[in-house]
Amino acid sequence: MRIFLSYILLICFVQSTYSKTIWVGKNHKFSSITPAIKAAENGDTVIVESGFYKEGNIVIDKSITFLGVGMPIIDGDRKFEVITIRASYVTVKGFQVQHSGYATLDDPGGIKVYNSKHVQILDNYLYDNFFGIYIQQGKHCLIKNNRIIAFGKAEQEIGNGIHCWKSDSLLVIGNHITGNRDGIYFEFVTNSVIWRNVSVNNIRYGLHFMFSHNDAYFTNIFKNNGAGVAVMYTKNVTMMNNTFIENWGDAAYGLLLKEISDSYIYNNRFVNNTSAIFLDGASRIRVEKNLFKSNGWGMKIQANGMDNVVTQNNFIRNTFDISTNGTLVLSTFDGNYWDRYEGYDLDKDRIGDVPYRPLSLFSVIVEINPPAMLLYRSFMVTLLDKSERILPSLTPDNFIDNTPLMRPLPL
Amino acid sequence: MIRIIKFVILDIIKNRIVLAYTLLLAIFAWSAFSLEDTSAKGVLSLLNIILLTVPLVSVLFTTIYIYNSAEFVELLTSQPIKRTKIWISLFAGLACSMSMAFLLGAGIPLFVYAETTLSIIMVSIGILVSLVFVSLAFFSASITRDKAKGIGVSIMLWLYFALLFDALVLFLLFQLSDYPIEKMMVGITASSPIDLARILILLHLDVSAMMGYTGAIFKKFFGTTTGMSIAFLLLTLWIAIPYLISLRIFRKKDL
Amino acid sequence: MIETINLNKRFGKLQALNNISVHCQSQHSIALIGPNGCGKTTLIKSILGMVVPDSGNIIFKGKNIKKDYTYRNHIGYMPQIGRYPDNMTIGQVLDMIINIRSFQGALDEDLIHEFGLHQMKDKRMRTLSGGTRQKVSACLSFLFNPDVLILDEPTAGLDPIASEQLKEKIILEKQKGKLILITSHLLSELDDMITQLIFMQEGCLIFHKNIDELRAETGEDRISKAIAYILKNQKA
Repeated sequence: MRIFLSYILLICFVQSTYSKTIWVGKNHKFSSITPAIKAAENGDTVIVESGFYKEGNIVIDKSITFLGVGMPIIDGDRKFEVITIRASYVTVKGFQVQHSGYATLDDPGGIKVYNSKHVQILDNYLYDNFFGIYIQQGKHCLIKNNRIIAFGKAEQEIGNGIHCWKSDSLLVIGNHITGNRDGIYFEFVTNSVIWRNVSVNNIRYGLHFMFSHNDAYFTNIFKNNGAGVAVMYTKNVTMMNNTFIENWGDAAYGLLLKEISDSYIYNNRFVNNTSAIFLDGASRIRVEKNLFKSNGWGMKIQANGMDNVVTQNNFIRNTFDISTNGTLVLSTFDGNYWDRYEGYDLDKDRIGDVPYRPLSLFSVIVEINPPAMLLYRSFMVTLLDKSERILPSLTPDNFIDNTPLMRPLPL
Repeated sequence: MIRIIKFVILDIIKNRIVLAYTLLLAIFAWSAFSLEDTSAKGVLSLLNIILLTVPLVSVLFTTIYIYNSAEFVELLTSQPIKRTKIWISLFAGLACSMSMAFLLGAGIPLFVYAETTLSIIMVSIGILVSLVFVSLAFFSASITRDKAKGIGVSIMLWLYFALLFDALVLFLLFQLSDYPIEKMMVGITASSPIDLARILILLHLDVSAMMGYTGAIFKKFFGTTTGMSIAFLLLTLWIAIPYLISLRIFRKKDL
Repeated sequence: MIETINLNKRFGKLQALNNISVHCQSQHSIALIGPNGCGKTTLIKSILGMVVPDSGNIIFKGKNIKKDYTYRNHIGYMPQIGRYPDNMTIGQVLDMIINIRSFQGALDEDLIHEFGLHQMKDKRMRTLSGGTRQKVSACLSFLFNPDVLILDEPTAGLDPIASEQLKEKIILEKQKGKLILITSHLLSELDDMITQLIFMQEGCLIFHKNIDELRAETGEDRISKAIAYILKNQKA
């Protein structure tokens, strides 16, 4: 509130020097938004008092600050794109934007930005829209502290929470996204940062990257999304401090990496996912200091990648730590902690004296024949695994951790 | 009848083998939990006990006990006691003893170390598995008078359910890997009490993996309340049917 | 009191009972005799419900025993070879049976005292000699003062004194008017105990007669001789 007040004061100050403030509300000159925006000029501020505004499509084509006081509701009547921004240096803050149209051809959004720079979308509540926030060819935009809720039932009936296309230098910070197709969607977006968002219960991916290079996402939480997080056809992505939990299902992954290279996965937590990380055509990825706990599969690595480094991670209580579909291993797995490791450490250097083979025979069997999962933990399978560990015959023998840690890393 | 059950239980206690079994279970369970740093590994050790040791001890001890109490049974049949009652009492006594042994031996450490839901599931499944193999022992002891043969049948049954069945299933899986056999597998699972027990526990231990591809089918079936009830019902049938067959044989048996 | 109607029982190839119909009335003491394997024990066990006949009916006091078990309340049974749980003591066996039967009337403990079993109550069954086991069996059969006594080779394995004590007890019970069924190979010792004779051979009933009748027919005083006489004539 204090920040808000000081913000208002600041605006008043700015206004008194350069520009004017236009109020919209029952007791003001303007009782609806569209004429107020028409009356405004670049640099002006339009302040909307709390109330219910249903005015079809509201277009902001001037560099104005558009503020809501007391969360005014702007309704799209399920027909229109609610707020359209076609100018740079626009700020939209403090609105409840709801019921956008549901067409699939022109992708209507709650708030949609076209070809603009320095747009700020702050503290809004996007309720039941087709797309939540849509940035098309934006630059230096900030999307911060919005709450986006939709009620999608199937992938094709709903858009994404935050959809960014052909953009650059975006900041997506502290948003809470739920019930959309993808929580956050990046396609051809570069040099951007996604930070401290919470993306839960979305139908497809919590976060979806396509052809988006040189981006980073930190400290986000991705929970219980239909298929987890996907990073595809991309290079130079940094993924740090994120939490991936309870992404459950046949094709669900904590993190799906497809055709990605030169990326860094550091200090993330993968807990209770069907597959924590799935690497398909991934090369030169460094996976370091992550926690893999209680997942069905810790890492599923397709044999079509190379030069990946998996080191200093904790693998704890996963059904399978690692599995692969081939015999070729072009990645290294040294220096991890594996809770299944049964070796010893005579020289007390905290590194096991015998190498560890993280790939169990049974995980290979299940990879070939998934219904064999039925036999997991049966005595016969345990027997097979033990004998394979002693005398590897079917599993690739260079799939090995030469310096397994005796104790888990303090992550 | 309660008097006969009481007598059977007292006799089993005097026998000391079940006491030793309880003690062994307890030593194993406590050490499994206290040696491993996570309770999950202790649970896994215990799972292996449930799937191997418990069936073996239950089936062997019961078979031998039935043969050894042939005199006792004969003595009782000349008394004014219904045959059915004698057989039920014998079963009740043995079932009680084996379940108590599991509950005291493995149940207490489970409740101390593992989370409550899992403990309840594991203890009840452990007890059910004990009962299934007590019942199977009744079956094998009733189909032949020869003690050596009866014990042989019991061991074969154990071997089949504990080891051979899984090998057969794996073989079948690879033979039929081109067909959509996941649903059929649910049915096949039901034809082995040990597998049934294992999958019920698996759904709690490896929930993440079971949410994947095939697992999802099992989860959908066994994970729901109906599925769980059906699974428990199936286990109960595994107890009832061999025992009822043995009862039929015993009622017609010449002593 | 006990009536069997067309009993048949087959053990594999052996026809143990071949259409046996006998009627045993109370007040009688009946000897069941015949060569080894003639079906005596099978008949007794059928009456006790321990062997289930292939066909035929057994009527006890006017009731079919097929669906009934309470009739065994009225029978005291002494098996040929008494088999008891090894690790129970004599006292425990007696107590257990008393306990299980939940018997209300007065116990007949005469034989226990005569045989001196109360002094070895704490001996385990597996340590007992064959004779002592027979004593236990005998005591059990008389313990509940039953209307019918079925004794399978009662004196086999008993020492002469015990054997005599048992015979006296049988005679005493006979005088009380109970139905007594005895099988025995020792025909000589049956003389003063029995009133009727059932003779079986290879599963068939050869005859069922009163002793007096038999004596009159054969002109022999002793049962063993009378039997021998009949067998001789049969062959001829």
